[in-house]
Amino acid sequence: MDTFLIERDMLWTAFSTTLTLAAISGAISLVLGTLIAALRVSPYAPLRALATAYTEFLRNTPLTIVFFFYVFVTPSMGFTFDYKVAAVIALSCYTSAFVAEAVRSGINSVTVGQAEAARSLGMSFSQNLSIVVLPQAFRTAIPPLISVFIALVKNTSVAGAFGVFELFALSKRLTNVYSADVIAILVGVALCYLLLCIPLGQLAGHLERKVAFAR
Amino acid sequence: MSSTSGPVLYDVAGPDEKKRERRISIVLGVVLVALAGGLIALFARNGVFDDRWRVLVDVPPNFAGFETMHVWQAIFRGLGNTLLAAVIALPLAALLAVVLVSLRASPFLPVRWLVMAITEVFRGLPVVLVMFFGILVLPGATPLIAVVFGLVLYNAAVFAEILRAGIAALPKGQTEAAESLGMRPFLIYRDIQLPQAVRMMLPSLIAQGVVLVKDSSLGYIVGYAELLRSVSRVSDALTNAQYLLPLLTVGAAVYIALNISLSRVAVWVQRRSSFARKAPTRITEAPPLP
Repeated sequence: MDTFLIERDMLWTAFSTTLTLAAISGAISLVLGTLIAALRVSPYAPLRALATAYTEFLRNTPLTIVFFFYVFVTPSMGFTFDYKVAAVIALSCYTSAFVAEAVRSGINSVTVGQAEAARSLGMSFSQNLSIVVLPQAFRTAIPPLISVFIALVKNTSVAGAFGVFELFALSKRLTNVYSADVIAILVGVALCYLLLCIPLGQLAGHLERKVAFAR
Repeated sequence: MSSTSGPVLYDVAGPDEKKRERRISIVLGVVLVALAGGLIALFARNGVFDDRWRVLVDVPPNFAGFETMHVWQAIFRGLGNTLLAAVIALPLAALLAVVLVSLRASPFLPVRWLVMAITEVFRGLPVVLVMFFGILVLPGATPLIAVVFGLVLYNAAVFAEILRAGIAALPKGQTEAAESLGMRPFLIYRDIQLPQAVRMMLPSLIAQGVVLVKDSSLGYIVGYAELLRSVSRVSDALTNAQYLLPLLTVGAAVYIALNISLSRVAVWVQRRSSFARKAPTRITEAPPLP
């Protein structure tokens, strides 16, 4: 474990990069995913088709391919992104599809009477969705959304293989330099991930029970 | 459930509203097509549709001596490797999960704690990190072994969680009836709880199977010669990064086709099982996870 004491600056840089990646991509994918979910229940067929195609496409493509596309392929198409920007774009695109699915399942769980009552008050689709349905949908969607964000935190490790210096890249560099200390280094990095993921998981479980009671 | 989500949010349209809706739909459709057209025009100006696509049908002469056949061989070899890792890992993960869940019924508290700790830890770790651990620490590990190692540990933990949730959702009467017949805990688990839990959670289990297939592409990062790795080797051999786009398009298309058909199987299984018999408890369908 001495390695981490010697390289604590590097550890901090890597840890905060993982956090920043997860936070920025999480925020973007939350907004984007909610928008996609709204499109998916909208009255207009072209918008529904667009949203369905988007989620199906990204849900079924491995994240590695998404990263590979934004890092190695786009330059040959005339767009070049900085590694970190490419990582945020790839993670946000990929995660937003799962956020959309979680929010949509939340929308489906709101009882029919709510939307009907809103309609009978003369609310339009967008009023109905934004004032009545979505606030309730988010409540049910919070535990699955947290699970999506846990997965996002873990998925930031893929960025480490595509030029971003975060925790996984740190483990690669340190195990390369301190080859006698490999297991300790990997266990240390694993602990960093668990430090983020396990509390989030506990929170999700706690909220799930709370939501289950409230209904 | 999903069939009610659409029309409930807005009124069923009358004739006038229907016309208006159709007009708006057509306008939106045209706008979307125009946007797509603009994007395609931009791509075309950047040379996306130039002769780079020839790599798939008729490879230009090159120093590596690559012919079209070789390119497709590389793609399919990569795909084969990807699937190989998934096909080895899937049954192993399922087996390990069944063992883990059975130990949860153990009368010894430390064993239960240990199993809980194992599932929590491996669910919270990135799969790449576990693969990387495998390649550095396991003696004599090839990249394939490392990939399988990572996939098995992570997915076993997730499968175990799914099965545990399934068992927890069974009515208490099932276990009580088995106990009153004098069955031992292990027998109850094997003959009563597990079969019903597997049946009830089959859609979730298949969805996690899709995740496993997708995750096998992480082998790229630990140097396993899977799809991405072999594709990038082709473009390296041809010393032209432009070929990555057509090659990657084929790879992504294969993944998407594979995973969508797996998901269809999940939907089909769910529909079939809900017609065939009433499961004792309905679990609301959880949204998919990355």
